[in-house]
Amino acid sequence: METTYREALRQALDDAMTADSAITLLGEEVGRYGGAYGVTKGLLEKFGKERVIDAPISEAGIVGAAVGAAMTGLRPVAELMYVDFIGLAMDQVANQAAKIRYMFGGQIGVPMVLRAPCGTGRSGGAQHSQSLEAWILHMPGLRLAMPGTVSDAYHLLRAALRLPDPVVFIEHKALYVRKGELDTQRMDAPWGRAIMRRGGRDATIVAYSRMVHRALEAAEALAADGISAEVIDLRTLNPLDMETVSASVARTGRALVASEGHLTGGAAAEIAAQIQEACFDWLEEPILRLAAEDVPVPVSPALEAASVPTAESIARTVRRMVHR
Amino acid sequence: MDQGPSRAGQGRSGLALDLYRTMRRIRTFEERVAELFVRQQSAGSMLHLSIGEEGAAAGVGRAMVEGDSFTTHHRGHGVFLARGGDPNRMMAEIAGKAAGYCGGKGGSMHIADMALGHLGANAIVGGGIPAVVGAGLSYRRLRRPQVSVAFFGDGAMQQGILYESMNMAALWRLPVLFVCINNQYGMGTHIDRASASAAWDERARSFGLAAAMVDGEDTLAVYDAASALLAGARDGIPGYLGVSCYRFHGHARMDKSPYRDAAEEEAGRRRDPIARMANRLRGEFEVAGAEIEMVDAAAAAEMDTAMTFAIQAPLPEPAAMFTDVFAPDQPAPRPVADRIAAALGES
Repeated sequence: METTYREALRQALDDAMTADSAITLLGEEVGRYGGAYGVTKGLLEKFGKERVIDAPISEAGIVGAAVGAAMTGLRPVAELMYVDFIGLAMDQVANQAAKIRYMFGGQIGVPMVLRAPCGTGRSGGAQHSQSLEAWILHMPGLRLAMPGTVSDAYHLLRAALRLPDPVVFIEHKALYVRKGELDTQRMDAPWGRAIMRRGGRDATIVAYSRMVHRALEAAEALAADGISAEVIDLRTLNPLDMETVSASVARTGRALVASEGHLTGGAAAEIAAQIQEACFDWLEEPILRLAAEDVPVPVSPALEAASVPTAESIARTVRRMVHR
Repeated sequence: MDQGPSRAGQGRSGLALDLYRTMRRIRTFEERVAELFVRQQSAGSMLHLSIGEEGAAAGVGRAMVEGDSFTTHHRGHGVFLARGGDPNRMMAEIAGKAAGYCGGKGGSMHIADMALGHLGANAIVGGGIPAVVGAGLSYRRLRRPQVSVAFFGDGAMQQGILYESMNMAALWRLPVLFVCINNQYGMGTHIDRASASAAWDERARSFGLAAAMVDGEDTLAVYDAASALLAGARDGIPGYLGVSCYRFHGHARMDKSPYRDAAEEEAGRRRDPIARMANRLRGEFEVAGAEIEMVDAAAAAEMDTAMTFAIQAPLPEPAAMFTDVFAPDQPAPRPVADRIAAALGES
């Protein structure tokens, strides 16, 4: 059936909460308001206020409470209104949730999901538009999902809600209204596996979240020029399925990583380094990264749009790699 | 007051002797931890002793019941012992040994035991506090009668996360107790230089918590105050208990307290909950001196055994480093050496 990314997320929460009574939502505006982006609409009415908890504006407290609840029998889904707010909660994310299983010698895990929207597209400015996945990727002990499609929005969230460890689940706010096919009985690929969204021979574009769509648009434009680009959707960054990526790059000999996070020290850098390690003997060209410029995200639509990779910049870059 | 079946009829004096025993065990344990360090058998020097603070740990710990959970700060050996922690496994953890509570991965500042409700010691000041709010949510939702207790030092009174947690606990009427063990110092900074006001019970009341402040030298008073607040918390009125005491020694093992003068330390060390309880046992409760000495001797033997156990216990195997990042059935991190070997085509 066709639905939206937002509705798929809502459906995933609804189905998961129906299947598992331990699942409890906690966050700002998740209840009466229905979520700042409407993802949790109707869940308070259906599951009651003990399972859909409107929290005060206390990000550290929200995540910290989720950690404690996860250690004592619940499976909390904490929500940050924007991933940009994670700085307020970073101790609870990185020093507590991520490390508790390890520090305590495997005695207990923290089965929680932390949902948060990322990304540009709404002129939200430097504190409401970032893509901070690199902060999470850097931290051992956290899983990280970044769905790009409607189907993955549903299935990756359902999978995250069955995992024994903390998952940071980053949604792209520009995708909430995006439509796509959803079969709740069929997942594109298992949790932790990347997937080829389009086959190609000349270059591999590695992407995740919204960049998958821009990469696919770019591949379409490139096809018109006679360039065959393969698009790999990572889906999860931890686990990071380099097997699928490397198999592709070994065939195409060219790799471009597209990410909406900042270039320096970003997720694309880690992916590029791993491609280089695995595919050095097959590479025809340097591995390139297209990422957000190393500037805070500007508000003006003219500046904001130009600060992140576009289908055009992806296509242009692949064209230059192939024709070099 | 429930003293347990074996002490039925002994009433207040049985309780007092129990509290004394717990405090003596804590102090002796801490003295052996110090010795472990001097003998270079501890894992590092970041060992924070709770000598002088035993009244808080013993009093509150005794008032809690089986099933209650707790988190502690980095100076939490005493609380854990008061809640039933096994000295052998604790000391082994402090020595970084495989037989320790956390397999040597957590150490003194991250010791935990889910079986005893110890949700973990924390090396981030205030870091373990919001977890008890989450535990409170669980207990209420799962209709369990437990309370979750956050133990922290005076340093955490200046952390924002405490106030987020107090507000949520009060807002949602959770079975939670916040216990501040106020030893006067956040590392080298006296509370007078860190806190604009020391009326911390007023801060707690302003959030809607029930609050009390007690002198940590009077362990029975700590026990009584904690019992009342725990009963309230179990009924959905979260509480705050401030216990004042004096940290007899430096912040950690390398700290010789140059910021305190000798006169202050001498006066502070006279605020000794163990000496005070011994006096009360001999006087008010008419306990024979020989009985008290037996408690002391038993604690010494127990903690000597723990220290020997820790020293003799084997270190973890290097491969243990890669387990427990995620659950055992989940993909684990790949060792750096394996990745290099793969990149060089050696594997």
